[in-house]
Amino acid sequence: MNEALQFEFMQNALMAGLLASVICGIMGTLIVVNRIVFLSGGIAHAAYGGIGLAFFFGWPYLVGTLGFSLVAAMIMAAVTLRARHRADTIIGVIWALGMATGIILLDLTPGYNVDLMSYLFGSILTVPSSELWIMLIMAGLITGLVGLFYKDILALSYDEEFARIRGVPVRSLYFTLIGMLAVTIVIVIQVVGLILIIALLTIPPFIMEKYAKSMFQMMAGASVLAAVFTIAGLWLSYEFDLTSGATIILVAGTGFFLSLGIDQLLNIQRRRAVRPPEKKINSGLRKQE
Amino acid sequence: MDIETPIVKVNELDFSYGNEPVLENVSFSIRQGDFVAVIGPNGGGKTTLLKLMLGLLKPQNGTIEILGSPAGKVSHLIGYVPQDVHINSSFPITTLDVVLMGKLGPDKRWAKNSAGNREEARQALDRMGMSGYENHRIGELSGGQRQRVFIARALATNPRLLLLDEPTASIDSKGQTDFFKLLKSLNEHMTILVVSHDLLVISTHVKSVACVNRRLHYHNDTELTGDMLETMYPCTVEDVCPVELVAHGVPHRVLKQHKE
Repeated sequence: MNEALQFEFMQNALMAGLLASVICGIMGTLIVVNRIVFLSGGIAHAAYGGIGLAFFFGWPYLVGTLGFSLVAAMIMAAVTLRARHRADTIIGVIWALGMATGIILLDLTPGYNVDLMSYLFGSILTVPSSELWIMLIMAGLITGLVGLFYKDILALSYDEEFARIRGVPVRSLYFTLIGMLAVTIVIVIQVVGLILIIALLTIPPFIMEKYAKSMFQMMAGASVLAAVFTIAGLWLSYEFDLTSGATIILVAGTGFFLSLGIDQLLNIQRRRAVRPPEKKINSGLRKQE
Repeated sequence: MDIETPIVKVNELDFSYGNEPVLENVSFSIRQGDFVAVIGPNGGGKTTLLKLMLGLLKPQNGTIEILGSPAGKVSHLIGYVPQDVHINSSFPITTLDVVLMGKLGPDKRWAKNSAGNREEARQALDRMGMSGYENHRIGELSGGQRQRVFIARALATNPRLLLLDEPTASIDSKGQTDFFKLLKSLNEHMTILVVSHDLLVISTHVKSVACVNRRLHYHNDTELTGDMLETMYPCTVEDVCPVELVAHGVPHRVLKQHKE
């Protein structure tokens, strides 16, 4: 790995991975505790429509994609707030429509064939320095906003109704949250691709949720965990000459199943610890029979 | 504020979900310091009535005033204990942080929790017999313990009115006696309104009873403590209020017949 770090592209890849880890650790925690993983998937896929739009009209990537994703995200947010029981269906529709629109628009764009794979799995090894700056600013903004409104976001995530009664501006806060999520997804997608972003958004917070005592601990832990997955994945992909994005995901996935396995073992141990009195009761019952 | 101002004043209120009327032509008022039990069948509109008072729902017709202001404007004066104590039990949050939510207010956005707030939250937990659990994750507590934490959260808001939605659901019957003693002591400082379909809750501490089943019939304290002859009429007017009184070891209290 040390020799690899002499290359600028590898340094950039590492920086991009670490920044994405911090952003995903924070936003991923909010997604998991608010149970809007599906909505995030919807935004990430609908962003395709924006990519198509940007290429078709010759707009810069960020303008087309950010605009399209924000609109899609706001529609999904409004539906989730209004008709919770129908939200998943409508998100699914926008998810599919966004992707289809993107692909048709790319078909119609003359003489230009974008590699869709690079948006699926990202191109972390070719991140330019300018991209890193945008990610750094993003990470700063997200950390700042979440820090500033931490108590309100916590109340909204834990008990929306109570937050509303206490006068927390639940609606605007929720839309801000979804807006931040859309911006996060659009910017991080370019670097790590939409499949990796979903993995980084969900797996580390899911693992941390069981051990964290506060939402802050969950965010911090998820960021560290995501960074560990990213660095390990990058190293493995370099050593064995594998696709970097997919390797990072496989490492994260391994972590996911490892944590499930460890939980199972802990549960069995705990059950063993309380078993002796149970046994007595059982044998007592049997004698009575 | 004038002590004569009713804490809740509802005037000709109608509410429906879509085409399904839930509450019709409901008018009543609750005086400050009252202890009200709201009873009625499931789906009769009890929880809806609470949500209207909290300003979470808007009535189609009629008005609701809390201490003279429209509901929703002053919901921070109301301490609310929700029915479901199992919400989000896997959420990474400590007991103390849950209670600290009660210190949120409409004009305190990004300030940190002050030491004073923490102290108040600790006191609220202590009052509910939950001190020592401050740093436990809320999911590790039992249903009954969690409910006491939610009441502590409501108390941390320093409410004028305490609303409890089916609070006895997660307490065993021995616990209920203590629970109502506790409510009685809280009632010295605040108005209390308890919703229940479980009639055991009509303990002797309750001063007024509201029967809700689309319509609302309010039996105030003068009636409950009034002349025996007057109170002999049972509260069983068919579908308006189809409830029977069940009581163990406490004298029956019988309400006047609803006048249509």
